Amino acid sequence: MDIYLLEAIINGLLLGGVLALLSLGLNLIFGVIDVVWIVYAEIVMSAMYAVYWLHNYYGWPLFLAFAAAIMIAALIGVLVHVLVIEPILGSAPINQLLATGGLLFFLQSLATLLFGTEFRNLGVRLPVLELAGLYISFSRLIAFVVALIGAVILYLFLARTYLGTAIRAISQDREIMGLMGVNERRVYVITSAIGGGLAGLAACLLVLQYDVHPFIGLTFGPITFMICVLGGLGNMIGGFIAAFIMSQIIAIGGFFFSAEIAEVLAFVFFIVMILIRPQGILGKK
Amino acid sequence: MSALLTLDGVSAGYGSFAALFEVSLKVEAGEAVGVVGPNGAGKTTLMRVISGLLRLSAGSFALEGRRLEQLPAYRIVEAGIAHVPENRRLFGRLTVEENLRMGAFLAAARRHFSERIQWVYELFPRLKERSGQLAGTLSGGEQQMCAIGRALMSEPKLLLMDEPSAGLAPLVVEQVFELVKRIRQEGFTVLIVEQNVGQVLEVVDRAYLLEAGRIKLAGPAAELKHNDFIRSSYLGL
Amino acid sequence: MSAQRLISYLPVAAILALPFFLPNYYQHLAVQIVIWSLVYTSWSLMGRFRLTSLGHGAFLGVGAYVPTLLWNNWSVSPWLGIPVAMALAVTLALVVGYPCFRLKVVGHYFALVTLALGQVVLLVIVAARDVTGGSLGMTPRIVGHSWYALQLPDKSEFYAVALAAWLIGIAIWFRVDRGMERAALEAIGEDEDAAAAIGIDVLREKLKITALSTALTALGGALYAQYLMYLNPDIMSGVGVSFQIVFASIAGGMYSTLGPTVGAVFTIGLNEGLRVLFGTHFIGAANTIYGALLVVFIIFMPRGIVGLFEKLRTRVQTPPPSGAPDTQPAE
Repeated sequence: MDIYLLEAIINGLLLGGVLALLSLGLNLIFGVIDVVWIVYAEIVMSAMYAVYWLHNYYGWPLFLAFAAAIMIAALIGVLVHVLVIEPILGSAPINQLLATGGLLFFLQSLATLLFGTEFRNLGVRLPVLELAGLYISFSRLIAFVVALIGAVILYLFLARTYLGTAIRAISQDREIMGLMGVNERRVYVITSAIGGGLAGLAACLLVLQYDVHPFIGLTFGPITFMICVLGGLGNMIGGFIAAFIMSQIIAIGGFFFSAEIAEVLAFVFFIVMILIRPQGILGKK
Repeated sequence: MSALLTLDGVSAGYGSFAALFEVSLKVEAGEAVGVVGPNGAGKTTLMRVISGLLRLSAGSFALEGRRLEQLPAYRIVEAGIAHVPENRRLFGRLTVEENLRMGAFLAAARRHFSERIQWVYELFPRLKERSGQLAGTLSGGEQQMCAIGRALMSEPKLLLMDEPSAGLAPLVVEQVFELVKRIRQEGFTVLIVEQNVGQVLEVVDRAYLLEAGRIKLAGPAAELKHNDFIRSSYLGL
Repeated sequence: MSAQRLISYLPVAAILALPFFLPNYYQHLAVQIVIWSLVYTSWSLMGRFRLTSLGHGAFLGVGAYVPTLLWNNWSVSPWLGIPVAMALAVTLALVVGYPCFRLKVVGHYFALVTLALGQVVLLVIVAARDVTGGSLGMTPRIVGHSWYALQLPDKSEFYAVALAAWLIGIAIWFRVDRGMERAALEAIGEDEDAAAAIGIDVLREKLKITALSTALTALGGALYAQYLMYLNPDIMSGVGVSFQIVFASIAGGMYSTLGPTVGAVFTIGLNEGLRVLFGTHFIGAANTIYGALLVVFIIFMPRGIVGLFEKLRTRVQTPPPSGAPDTQPAE
């Protein structure tokens, strides 16, 4: 096999890890508690800016910047829920989409106002591994591992703990959660914090590989949604698989055609899948 | 007052629609009390007020003397009232065991989870068989058992049952009422709301007749069974 | 038409005729308002019936690029090119819409599919950069003043064309509003299965309104391209413009005839106001405000500015029933 094709496939696999990591938080919010945060990618963007600013401008050690960014993202998640989602939780989900859509523009434009449209690079160089003539991105490898660990932890949390079970239950029958002794508002807020935090976690790994700019959310936002839906909403493992399918389409498509065509193929694949199997790969009807 | 649950002049409704008008009743510890009446009488509204799903507009109610009307639902559960909702309302995509686990969400209940669930499984052997099955795939009767079991997991001082016979086949309805008797034998206090007047009067000690949001009649079940009004309007005799 | 009716239309006619007498700058605003009103009105044809599309940029883009490509490459007059573009837009919409509606993809899932569609069109435009100029954009071949090429540097003339298109859009809205379709579509929006149960051909009605909506949007896109004499994928398609359409329609009020037009006036007015106030110092200020406003509108004013006026008007005329639940559709 062409060595470059092999390299594309392998980096595609690793890209899958990045996408899977991105999808964890969204799958929790969109997939499990059934709240539409179209602004999710912009929360990631905000956390990326946070890392950049804290590390490059204020000279914070990288890991401290990471920790702060994750907490900031978690806070944003809580604010999104309390300020925007809560007032419209009872109405049609399209309203959540539209309201968080407004937030999307708000955050993008705020970032433009504050930071300008230039691409910002963190300037942290991670080694590129060389394996038998193939060049493999180290940061993508880390992302892959973190995604895997994150998916497992999240899965166990949702399946084996009381809070996790409550989180899974709340989207099925919100009204009677109180009858179980569950403070439903608390559940939403905690889940929003975790979802935001996961977005922050993804941001930390993204900012190592990509330059941040106000519109970066548009590059991976739609794909993250598609991955969640493709994998079966709320299914972390399904999301993992879907992330890899999408990333391979992008990697191989990019190899044979162009980056744009690859994305088009991915979107078309998504549309077709929604029509054939709307519940997703591992979703139940 | 020695009564476990007392309602005093409770009025409630939905927006401009008033459903309950100054309802007063009481339930003594260890009793089984029924609230009967036709469709739309306000029976479910009554249940929802007591369990905290609906805020009352006037009056008050108390459990063991402690006023509850200002509390949100999850605190009322903490206080010791468990509500088996109308139409079961199970979490369809969770398993039977996970549904029971949700019933034991309260900190106090969690500590005794394993004992409690064993006890519930003894009460409902069918649930034990199907413990790993998704609740949405159970039959109507099994769902009712699961819903009741879920409510019992918090070992409530008062069990509210909203139309447990609704939508069930006659044979299953009989089983449900047998269950209510058994639950009583275990020492639970039950307030049960039902359209099925005849059957419910067989299992409760006392009953109230609720019509158009007001208490019309009250008394021991034995008396009500022989009451002319009840007999003609509700028992078709 | 009775004399009284005729007279009641006079103020509106006067406002519509006004731009003919205004200086260039205001004519420029008027043309944009009218064209975007057409676009927003056409989006609202779907939006008001709970068919929320987040991908109308796709049809705007088709409407903009197809006539221009036909003109540049084969000297096809836009008078022919635009209907072709509209037909293509409708075809695209039906190709995606048919399976969606058939398989009951609704609500926010439908919105996500349209989002994907919008992105696909944008990406195709960028990918075909040899033909379309990609992200750098393209211009129609300039021939000066020509009705044949629909190139009208005289803003009054273009305003007339745009106004005519807008009137067509409004007329179609009226027709839908007063026709049987409206009741059918509202029923479908409420409860698709119940509507089907009483004999409404859900698939057909949805496809019809989608075709109308996307055709008119394409028309708007075509006119906008012809007016600006410049096309670029970010202005003409993609998520940004799609959301702009949604925002303006909701802000103005997508349930009433002139709501979307009010939305256009509001957003374009706001844009200009900000530009005058801040100049180019605060790029991104406008969108920040839009974003925040969209959030506010969805939470507090889902029926838009027009809806707010409607509410105030009825409150003045009739005392509100005490505590009646708000039955306005949430979308």
